[in-house]
Amino acid sequence: MNWKFKTILSNAQIIKNILTIYKMKRLIFLIILPLCLMSFREPDADLILDKVDKNISSKNKVFESEMIIHGRRASRTITSRTYSVGNKQSFTEYLTPARDKGTKMLKLEKQLWIYSPSTDRIIQISGHMLRQSVMGSDLSYEDMMDDRKLTEIYSAKVTGNETIDSRDCYVLELTSKVTDAAYYSQKIWIDVERYVPLKQEMFARSGQLLKRTTLSDVQQVQGRWFPMKAVYKDVLKDGSGTEFILMSVKFDQDIPDHIFTKAALKQ
Amino acid sequence: MIRFLFKGIIRDKSRSLLPVIVVALGVFLTVFMSGYLEGVFKDITDLNAKFTTGHVKILTRAYAENEDQLPIDLSLFDVKNLISQLRADYPDMEWVERIHTGGLLDVPDSLGETRGQGQTLGTAVDLLSPETGEVERMNIQKSLVKGSLPAKHGEALISDDFAERFGVLPGDKVTLFGSTMYGSMMFQTFQVSGTLRFGNSLLDRGAIFMDIRDAQTALDMEDAASEILGYFKNGIYDDIKAQQIENSFNARYNIEGDEFSPVMSRLIEAEGLGDYLKLADSAGGMMASIFILAMSIVLWNTGLLGGLRRYSEFGIRLALGEEKKHIYITTIYEAVLIGIIGSVIGTAFGLGAAYYLQAHGLDLSGMMDNVGMMMPSVFRAEVTPSLFYIGFFPGVVATVLGSLLAGLAIYKRQTSRLFHELEV
Repeated sequence: MNWKFKTILSNAQIIKNILTIYKMKRLIFLIILPLCLMSFREPDADLILDKVDKNISSKNKVFESEMIIHGRRASRTITSRTYSVGNKQSFTEYLTPARDKGTKMLKLEKQLWIYSPSTDRIIQISGHMLRQSVMGSDLSYEDMMDDRKLTEIYSAKVTGNETIDSRDCYVLELTSKVTDAAYYSQKIWIDVERYVPLKQEMFARSGQLLKRTTLSDVQQVQGRWFPMKAVYKDVLKDGSGTEFILMSVKFDQDIPDHIFTKAALKQ
Repeated sequence: MIRFLFKGIIRDKSRSLLPVIVVALGVFLTVFMSGYLEGVFKDITDLNAKFTTGHVKILTRAYAENEDQLPIDLSLFDVKNLISQLRADYPDMEWVERIHTGGLLDVPDSLGETRGQGQTLGTAVDLLSPETGEVERMNIQKSLVKGSLPAKHGEALISDDFAERFGVLPGDKVTLFGSTMYGSMMFQTFQVSGTLRFGNSLLDRGAIFMDIRDAQTALDMEDAASEILGYFKNGIYDDIKAQQIENSFNARYNIEGDEFSPVMSRLIEAEGLGDYLKLADSAGGMMASIFILAMSIVLWNTGLLGGLRRYSEFGIRLALGEEKKHIYITTIYEAVLIGIIGSVIGTAFGLGAAYYLQAHGLDLSGMMDNVGMMMPSVFRAEVTPSLFYIGFFPGVVATVLGSLLAGLAIYKRQTSRLFHELEV
């Protein structure tokens, strides 16, 4: 009898335990389900852009670059050293070829000055001249000057996923939310894992494609992913585009203030 | 009989005054408008030939495809050799090299920093070699407003409008900023030797004229040029000869598949200009045709009115036994005389007005601010030999045609009813 009672009690305990486990599982299921559902939701475009900005933008950077311009007749290579602080200040000195050596460009806020050693003149560039090509390349002065964070200029939405060079990418459509953006809208392909852009298409307000950029050779520099090579193609221009290769890049350096003065242009 | 008819025309002004006025007015308009159109079309083609198209023009094929962008990177190479070959092959023509480039013209302050700046169209021609005739061809000497022509390398001329806008005087320095043939930044400082006004809004907005050797140095274009222009030595465009030269040059130099091989085109093939030239050629004929048609209708009606007014006169003449044919013929003779008188008066006034507009011109510069084509801002007529007869024959023909139609009414008069009609 006692044995029977014990057995019944034991069975009840088992059933209770089973019920407890079932309840816990249901609880776990109810907790996990929304998380799983969240993971299948469309990713937040602003969050993606923010992560891209964290990789691309910095307090300041110093880099040496090589620009290979492919013209219809010939290609030529220009090397330069650039110091930039956010999107407000930038100073570039051209190192080669001999004809361009010593030419310097200073950008302060929205103003740009160019120093020519052959004439010992400082010329200010303004207005629509900022949309002209730099050194015959596929980049305009405006392209070089506009270094604001993407989140400051554009509102974004994710339109799909694609693969570029075997890397999964979010495809985002960016529409300008400021009046002075160099391009009204952009289509941008962002590496899903590293949050760096791998391709960009820039459009005018009319929808006309103006430029196409492909970025590659993504390297980790000071803890951030950064594309070391970009190929710019002005689609309204003949030629095979302009390659922009970073030979070295350093973020968050101590740059002396006097670099960003007009006096530094003539030094 | 002619003397008799002439006396009739002079003495009976009610018979001749209105037809003479109508003919004179029509002839005046024909002569004046023909002279005006010829002058305007000639000025447009001359201006374009001198500044942009030449009588024939040589470019690389790649440059020709993008000519409106002034792509100096697609310019002609080995220009000296090509020009000496052209001079040997086509001795009836003068050959000159030119460079066109766009950029910024920057005016420095005392510290060498930008004081003023404007977009510019840079034109480089051989300013320092008188034998090329470029200074005369482009009317540079006569277009000088201040200063003088460049006398040495490093001097340039700028448009007077630009100089006024930025307070630039001869002797001041300006810097041309743009791109070299290979895309590098180009900075070249020139001393302004003088200022120019061509009377053409495109050139007067902000042009700089420099010597071609200076431009070649600044733009890294050693032995290169945007274009080579050919001009007939007599200054007159001859399309048949130009076509022969074009065909022989292109057969020799233009290589299929090589976008940098030189290709020649004629003035008439320049965009829009061919149509202008055809229009100019046919302007006189068109004016005469319209005049003959319109005036014939007007003079026919005038003749009908005259016939009605002279109804009694013709009746009496018929009653006196004059033949209808004779009356009809005398009416035609009268018409010839009236046509001649009206045409002489109309031609004289038309030539006078055309000559006045040739000398003084019609200043339309106020309407040319946004004109993208190279057009003169002062429109002038041109008195040509054809104006002396272009209105004369249509004037006579229209009068005679009007009288021929109106005079047919004479044959409808019935002799049997004449006396009954004359009793009234």
